[in-house]
Amino acid sequence: MTPAASPLTGSGAGSGAGSGAGPGAHPHPGRPSVARLTAVELRKLVDTRSGAWLLAAIVLACAVVAVVQLLAVDAAAHRFELFFLGTLLPIGILLPVLGILAVTGEWSQRTAMATFALVPVRRRVVVAKLAAGVAVAILSLGASALVAAVANLTAIATGPDGAGGWELRGAVLGSAAVMQIVNVAMGIAFGMMLLNTPLAIVAYFALPTVWSVLGGMVAWLETAARWLDFTLTMAPIVQGATLTGQQWAQLGTTTAAWVVVPLAVGVLRVVRAEVA
Amino acid sequence: MIVVQDLTKRYGGRTVVDRVSFTCQPGTVTGFLGPNGAGKSTTLRMLCGLTRPHAGRATIDGVAYPDLANPGREVGVLLDASAQHRGRTGRETLRLSAAILGVARTRVDELLALVGLTDAADRRVGGYSLGMRQRLGIAHALLGDPRVLVLDEPANGLDPEGIYWLRTLLRQFADRGGTVLLSSHLLREVEAVADRLVVVNKGRIVADGGKEELLAGAGVRVRARDPQALRAGLQAAGLPVATSSDGALLVRAAVDRVGEVAAACGVVLTELRPADGGLEQLFLSMTSALAQEGSDQ
Repeated sequence: MTPAASPLTGSGAGSGAGSGAGPGAHPHPGRPSVARLTAVELRKLVDTRSGAWLLAAIVLACAVVAVVQLLAVDAAAHRFELFFLGTLLPIGILLPVLGILAVTGEWSQRTAMATFALVPVRRRVVVAKLAAGVAVAILSLGASALVAAVANLTAIATGPDGAGGWELRGAVLGSAAVMQIVNVAMGIAFGMMLLNTPLAIVAYFALPTVWSVLGGMVAWLETAARWLDFTLTMAPIVQGATLTGQQWAQLGTTTAAWVVVPLAVGVLRVVRAEVA
Repeated sequence: MIVVQDLTKRYGGRTVVDRVSFTCQPGTVTGFLGPNGAGKSTTLRMLCGLTRPHAGRATIDGVAYPDLANPGREVGVLLDASAQHRGRTGRETLRLSAAILGVARTRVDELLALVGLTDAADRRVGGYSLGMRQRLGIAHALLGDPRVLVLDEPANGLDPEGIYWLRTLLRQFADRGGTVLLSSHLLREVEAVADRLVVVNKGRIVADGGKEELLAGAGVRVRARDPQALRAGLQAAGLPVATSSDGALLVRAAVDRVGEVAAACGVVLTELRPADGGLEQLFLSMTSALAQEGSDQ
């Protein structure tokens, strides 16, 4: 047996690990950390054409909302915080699609095979995908701030004196972060539960909408809707209100129903699914 | 070393892999042969922890695949060359895995060069031919500098030059002490590179041994003026009979035994000798004999 040989290169050159005795004699390399897997999952969100287009669409939607605010809304409302809040909705609607694709793409593109061959403990991949989702949600706040800053500078340059205050309350920022994290997590949860891109996207948008419509139409569902309808329980966040204890509880129950339960079902499905 | 012990998988009531056991030693190339639908891919998926077996176990150097800390550093796996994201470039596909494996980025370029994809590295995989995807898949399997390779139909889509290249690559890998398990229904390809053969049909192992040994046991090739009468006589004597592509009968028995049967039923033979058709005949005789048994029951 050739010393320092890797079965492939015969020289061990470039592998940096084949300096032992025979082929594959490198010491058992460690498990890739969840942080490393998260970085890989983050990269997978943006390194495909569909991911890049989706991110571009999100930025564009934010810009459109900001322009509408500049043109159609009273100059008194041209403040950084209101521009910031204005971006939350388009991001909150589109970013979860990235979360859905992060999961269903593994099935539609059949990359799950390679992914789980490299990381056979599948819940580590699930954790990494969720962590990447949280990171993207937090990064999206930066995008919101950037769009809001550009809009606010425009307001200052073009508007009457006194337009364009720069204040952003910590509570607003905090609840905005919660909102976007919950949205992306819901996308990932629906993706894992259904493992099919069109099905997950349709379910993600249609089910809460149907539920909202029902809650608005049927009197006896209204009370339930106040605890279980994201349109209602996230409304105070988008409006820039500081949430009361009860409002947090309402957001919490909605999250349990639409995120935690699908997530639990989804994790079971992904961990058990046959990959072929 | 790969050890597969009594792996069994059922879908619905159908047993697609039935107590499959075999061993692959370091320094050897094992050809895992069988017709389509024989259970090869399911067996390989169970070996790599992608499908849960109903019974049995598989280990790589004594460790079950899912228990390997960083499996890509120890086992190079290529189960389906088309299972790559069409929207990623070849280089990006390898870079993502290199990050998980914790190997240097320069290794990605080395492997792209090794498989001849340097010029196509920045094109999207969706635009690759099947042969290019196989090359990318082989680069992917080798990325972690493993000592074991598990490849499912890696020659599919490769041109003759590519097949020769792959054969050389696998031979060298094994000669340096690596373990190769390679499945195929392309018998000629496996015959050229494998040291050992494991033949599977309908989920069961029908032959397992050294290539030479199995080829020596390829059976008897016999022709008669009245092939129907000969076939009937051989079957009556309990010998498994198959028909080769040129119409001769292939019998898994000793030459003198076949001669005895022919004499006993008074058939005029026009040819009687050990089969020399190589693996293809062996393969055919085994699988069709088994099919025969199945349909007789």
